[in-house]
Amino acid sequence: MAASSDRIPPPFPDTEEPGVCDMADGDRDEGEDIFVICVYGSFAFFIVGGGARVTSVRKKELSTSSGPPPSSSVTQSPAAMQPSSSLQQLEEEEDEDIFDVDVAVTNPEKIGYVLCPCICFQTSLAMFRSKAFSVRRRYSDFLGLYEKLSVKQSLQGCIIPPPPEKSVVGMTKVKVGMDDPSSVEFVERRRAALERYLQRVVSHPSLLQDPDVRDFLERDELPRAVSTQALSGAGFLKMINKASDAVNKMTIKMNESDTWFEDKFQEVENEEQQLRKLQVVVDSLVSHRKELCGSTAVFAKSMAMLGNSEDNTALSRALSQLAEVEDKMEQLHQEQAASDFFIFAELLADYIRLLGAMRGCFDQRVRAWQRWQEAQSTLQKKREVEAKLLWANKPEKLQQAKDEITEWESRVTQYERDFDRIGMTVRKEVLRFEKEKAKDFKGQIVKYLDAMLQSQQRLVKFWEAFLPEAKAIA
Amino acid sequence: SATLNVDLQTDATLQVDISDALSERDKVKFTVHTKSTLPNFKQNEFSVVRQHEEFIWLHDSFVENEEYAGYIIPPAPPRPDFDASREKLQKLGEGEGSMTKEEFTKMKQELEAEYLAIFKKTVAMHEVFLCRVAAHPVLRKDLNFHVFLEYNQDLSVRGKNKKEKLEDFFKNVVKSADGVLVAGVKDVDDFFEHEKTFLLEYHNRVKDASAKSDRMIRSHKNAADDINRIASSLYTLGTQDSTDLCKFFLKVSELFEKTRKIEARVAADEDLKLADLLKYYLRESQAAKDLLYRRSRSLVDYENANKALDKARAKNRDVLQAETSQQLCCHKFEKISESAKQELVDFKTRRVAAFRKNLVELAELELKHAKGNLQLLQSCLGVLKSNT
Repeated sequence: MAASSDRIPPPFPDTEEPGVCDMADGDRDEGEDIFVICVYGSFAFFIVGGGARVTSVRKKELSTSSGPPPSSSVTQSPAAMQPSSSLQQLEEEEDEDIFDVDVAVTNPEKIGYVLCPCICFQTSLAMFRSKAFSVRRRYSDFLGLYEKLSVKQSLQGCIIPPPPEKSVVGMTKVKVGMDDPSSVEFVERRRAALERYLQRVVSHPSLLQDPDVRDFLERDELPRAVSTQALSGAGFLKMINKASDAVNKMTIKMNESDTWFEDKFQEVENEEQQLRKLQVVVDSLVSHRKELCGSTAVFAKSMAMLGNSEDNTALSRALSQLAEVEDKMEQLHQEQAASDFFIFAELLADYIRLLGAMRGCFDQRVRAWQRWQEAQSTLQKKREVEAKLLWANKPEKLQQAKDEITEWESRVTQYERDFDRIGMTVRKEVLRFEKEKAKDFKGQIVKYLDAMLQSQQRLVKFWEAFLPEAKAIA
Repeated sequence: SATLNVDLQTDATLQVDISDALSERDKVKFTVHTKSTLPNFKQNEFSVVRQHEEFIWLHDSFVENEEYAGYIIPPAPPRPDFDASREKLQKLGEGEGSMTKEEFTKMKQELEAEYLAIFKKTVAMHEVFLCRVAAHPVLRKDLNFHVFLEYNQDLSVRGKNKKEKLEDFFKNVVKSADGVLVAGVKDVDDFFEHEKTFLLEYHNRVKDASAKSDRMIRSHKNAADDINRIASSLYTLGTQDSTDLCKFFLKVSELFEKTRKIEARVAADEDLKLADLLKYYLRESQAAKDLLYRRSRSLVDYENANKALDKARAKNRDVLQAETSQQLCCHKFEKISESAKQELVDFKTRRVAAFRKNLVELAELELKHAKGNLQLLQSCLGVLKSNT
């Protein structure tokens, strides 16, 4: 497995000062925030093992004014919950296509009422206009991209990664300028989710070729995306489930010669259910961990007070030391809670949505089959009409009937081809998805466990330092 | 008077422990076991069965005994409380249908372990009370104590009648009002003045710390429970298939199972070494405050007796009576002050030693558990990383 390396991202090109944001013309629609996508040139020493999918995460201070210039150093956000400042994703060799694409979404700068995060994109693929560039995008642009892709790719059977969900509450708080931990957390969550979304899009071989994706990454300005209401979190799931219902209501049941699809679909449904259960528990862990933070902090204070009133000097000192240890533990719990959330919980949330998208693919295939069957039955009807006309000897209408038959014959052929092609695509997609999923889960859980390990190491240090203090009580 | 042995290790003349305990539906039966070379007892070794109310009777008899006004009366053990645990077990039983067999068995084991832990604690607290009494040079000679230890019939003290309960209620009301009064009066004796100030503040802070430690430990237990459920969930995911990913899930599930056990132990140890320590000193500091209160009361009585004597002398009536009364009050006050001083010094010694012992043990246990966790994580990560 390739080793990770630390890197400091290159400075932004001058033209991309987030302070200059010409979209801040007072638009205050729901869920509107502007992200900046910036693209770097590809640097040979970042590519390891012949293929690269490297991402970097940069945090910047939130500013409510026209913003300070971006700095290339990584600074810790004031948020209570933050992952480490410079993450490096592990890369692997792709089997066929060699990717050389790097996308990152950085923290939004707030200009006026609008957030402008920065998306950094790096590639050496010839098809892009330059090696490194960045653009600013709104959240609704992301939704718009998804909508376009769904419409087009749905006929192909691709698994389109869904974007993160809308959140009116979260966005309103950010707009209003609240800097409390929960809105900072929301911004970080949104940023990370958008980054993962883009990463999934660009790592998909077909999607990367899609002109809409290219536009999204490259064009300086995109036309405003409208009608993205359907793509709020609840809306997305509703859409998938409506499609499923339509499929279920089919009167003609598919006769599968190959049970692969049925089996897979069942597997997907089971897995989605299991992940949902797991998600509930992980959410519970996050909230209990936060509770533990709070109660540890409160306890630390009360121990300090107790230490103050204790009149034996050595014991008083030891109690104060204990209070300090508890304070440090609170810090640990906070970091652990962040890890629980940003690594574990978000992973589950992503995959629950992705599995939903996958179910959508299967449904697409079934619908393609339906279309084919309907065309066949229509063709059959047309042939019957022709036969009747022959019998009734009506030559004028006969030609029309023959024309229609020809038309429908070609349609039947077309739809059959479509169906076969979708079937193949779905199979390929599923295999690719499963590989991605395995990699993702392993990678994220290992990261999570690493964070736990670091926690325990620090815990050992704290108590090792305290023990002599306790022994010194006399 | 003799210095109390800090570790409460009684000498061979009188050793008391709780050798067995039985939890029945509504009550707990403690087997109190005594070994003694004292001539007061008929045998050298014997046991009786006692319930919580009988411990309370014994404690109250000390409190009400004027002779013991100058001592810190060892605090009564708290009532055994299995309500919460019982409720949880009941809820589990009701929810049996909604979970898998493994989940149910696991949770049942958890709750049974919790029940057992509470049970052990209540036994320990009742035992500590008896040991404190047995270690006290004066209280150990108390007749009621000997009856408690030896009389193998029911002491019939269960459930005070209504009148007695009301009396108790009023006694406490008066006591707290007096407590406020007494707290305001500055003592001529520096030692007692310092102790009063110290104890009032200390008691409040221990109370606060005790409550907060309970909350913190509860949050800790909740988090450990969640990790337990995560482990189960991952196990289910891992058994769906035999892919690499599924094997991965199984390993991680195993890790979480083990790490969760350690987390639960951490919470339990924090409970024993820290929370229980604070709770105990909450009760002891209250008992020390009660001693100061009794001393103040006797001082007030003494001062009143002085005033009465002056009045009697002025009127030249009932002078002898007033003199006798005044002498008694004076004697009582001086006796209480003398023993109280020693008791308070011993209290401090005991307190410092108990905190030292528990804090050292706490730190050692936390270290042990953290290292255990660390080792688990290191070995698991080693395996997981090498497999990818």
